[in-house]
Amino acid sequence: MYQYDEYDQRIVDERVAQYADQTARYLAGELSEDEFRPLRLQNGLYIQRHAPMLRIAVPYGNLRAEQLRMFAHIARKYDRGYGHFTTRQNLQFNWPKLEHVPEILGLLASVQMHAIQTSGNCIRNVTSDPFAGVAADEYIDPRPWCEIVRQWSTFHPEFAYLPRKFKIAVNGATDDRAAIQIHDIGLELKRDAAGNIGFRVLVGGGLGRTPILGEEVASFVPWQQILNYCEAVLRVYNLHGRRDNAYKARIKILVKALGVEEFARQVEAEFVHLKDGPSTLTQAEIDRVASRFDDPVLAPLAADEGYRARLADDKAFANWAKRNVRPHKLSGYASVVLSLKTAGIAPGDITADQFDAVADLSERYAQGEVRVLHEQNLAFASVREADLFELWQQLRDVGLATPNIGLLTDIISCPGGDFCSLANAKSIPIALAIQDRFDDLDYLHDIGELELNISGCMNACGHHHVGHIGVLGVDKNGEEWYQVTIGGAQGNGASLGKVIGPSFAAAEMPDVVESLIRSFVDNRKEDESFIDTVRRIGIEPFKTRVYAERDARKQERSPAHV
Amino acid sequence: MSEIIKNGQIHADEWTVLRLAEGDDAATVALPAGRVIVPLAVWLARRETLAAHADAGVLGVWLAGSDDPASIESDLSRLQLIAVDFPKFADGRGYSIAALLRSRYGYGGELRAIGDVLRDQFFYLTRCGFDSLQPAAGKYTTAQLEAALASLRTFSEPYQGAVDRPEPLFRRQPRPAAQKAQA
Repeated sequence: MYQYDEYDQRIVDERVAQYADQTARYLAGELSEDEFRPLRLQNGLYIQRHAPMLRIAVPYGNLRAEQLRMFAHIARKYDRGYGHFTTRQNLQFNWPKLEHVPEILGLLASVQMHAIQTSGNCIRNVTSDPFAGVAADEYIDPRPWCEIVRQWSTFHPEFAYLPRKFKIAVNGATDDRAAIQIHDIGLELKRDAAGNIGFRVLVGGGLGRTPILGEEVASFVPWQQILNYCEAVLRVYNLHGRRDNAYKARIKILVKALGVEEFARQVEAEFVHLKDGPSTLTQAEIDRVASRFDDPVLAPLAADEGYRARLADDKAFANWAKRNVRPHKLSGYASVVLSLKTAGIAPGDITADQFDAVADLSERYAQGEVRVLHEQNLAFASVREADLFELWQQLRDVGLATPNIGLLTDIISCPGGDFCSLANAKSIPIALAIQDRFDDLDYLHDIGELELNISGCMNACGHHHVGHIGVLGVDKNGEEWYQVTIGGAQGNGASLGKVIGPSFAAAEMPDVVESLIRSFVDNRKEDESFIDTVRRIGIEPFKTRVYAERDARKQERSPAHV
Repeated sequence: MSEIIKNGQIHADEWTVLRLAEGDDAATVALPAGRVIVPLAVWLARRETLAAHADAGVLGVWLAGSDDPASIESDLSRLQLIAVDFPKFADGRGYSIAALLRSRYGYGGELRAIGDVLRDQFFYLTRCGFDSLQPAAGKYTTAQLEAALASLRTFSEPYQGAVDRPEPLFRRQPRPAAQKAQA
């Protein structure tokens, strides 16, 4: 992964000093709440339900062992012994004290980490494909481009006080694993007919209160110009995005109000002045940034016979390999997903001991490198096939080998009302109740690919709109209710789910999901997946079944039933 | 008389900022005596009569976040002071307006941030081309303002180019490539 040079290090060190001074002035009463809020938010610090919450940037989901050990240390010393991976590849601590944060940021800086711009109305942490550099379907490695965007956007003086938050994602593989259609700017790496690298630029995607998929504003921006082009987009947004209503302040609302053609025209009018300016990238800079990724040099290996033999005679191992092991671009290697979706544990949560264990295992089997998935799991990018069985056994010992990646219990969930002060309803207990109901592994594997996403409010941190099954917590007269959508999807064929009808009480949710699954199993053709069945037959059959079975349950419980 | 930061130092300031009250007419509102910074609407309504004041260096113009700097493009050479108003410090339109005035329209006179101007934004403001910073009257004591001068140097080598240093870090400094690690 990317190794800092002296300039990168100096910038994070200077940030720690700046924030320590700001915190001291706040505690001394020299900075008001309103003045301090954006300063702490741009350092990832929220004031939450129980305590502050600190969100640490994991740039495009890349971590190494020493950084995980630092998370373990911070979790033990400043938190309650655990951390939480988010749907944007970041890490959150739920219990730090505000006055300890400068100290924590100092510790993070010592391992080339920070919390810069992980919140606030600025350009947020850039996200990307967690399997960048190793995926079999990758055509251009997005990581150097992500790092270039990270550096450009870090403390960009013109764009620190935007109308609203601003998220950028980059993808360079056939499969879009970076969800570029639901970002403020989605960058798709591509080549023109002559083989030159450039970017297709999508703008105005986002979930939240008004879910919208991004639209193309440029079909090909040459790589040399990509920062100039992004600057043009940001400037149009900064000057013309709405500032009168936070719910209408995202760039997607501006794009919709102007129409994508007019928006693109305004960007182009700005871009002509910036094009070929000082921010134009050079081949030397691209090469330099790429050289600072200390990827191990791996030689292809023969396919491992021992691994294949184990698959044939160990069903538990085969189940895990089927779900949690992914193809690698080199023969003899695989990528391994570590599930943070174990029954009884909040999705994305990880203990201090697990941080340490993952660090140790990454050094033993994966060159000390760890990736974070926006589905709130971890991955080792490059593991030798010959090591997979041993790795699986050791992952099992530390509770990170649940064979459920991409299945119903691999639930994506925001922290919800248990932690978040924005939430209308709790998310985690719903996730745990559904996981508890679907605890039969054979049945889960039979149901197949299914993404279930839960958000505790309209802000949609759990990306419920793009879940095959989406669950949204809503407040009805002070009570927590849940609205269900089906038919959403992330990735290349992204779509927004449709609401099936009136919302449900928390206790009903496992039954509701069960009705949806039964309806799917009855209607599916051969090995069709849930989302494909929904797309083929529409939501009606699902809706009818869910509410009919709900009525039947009510009848059964009703004392008036004679 | 208030204190401002100009070119990195504290100065006593003699300019009065004229703000239109409800019912004031830009064409007829009385101008205070002495050096005055008028709203764009006043300048546009009375350009002919105010031009001499601008030429004499006793009249400047301030822009609101919703004003288009292109509307004074032809006046830039005669204006010795332009201010940009920050109604709230978190309203960041003024940063883009400043960047446009400096880099697009080549404005070389004094560019002042007025309104809700706070020390924790000084660094970004100067990067975008403001050479004078005017916190609200009474916001800071002289001692606080002196302490705040350090905020102008928070980051010694920022990554990206901006008005103060147009070249990004990779063009300003030789940054080292790295050697590949062996597996």
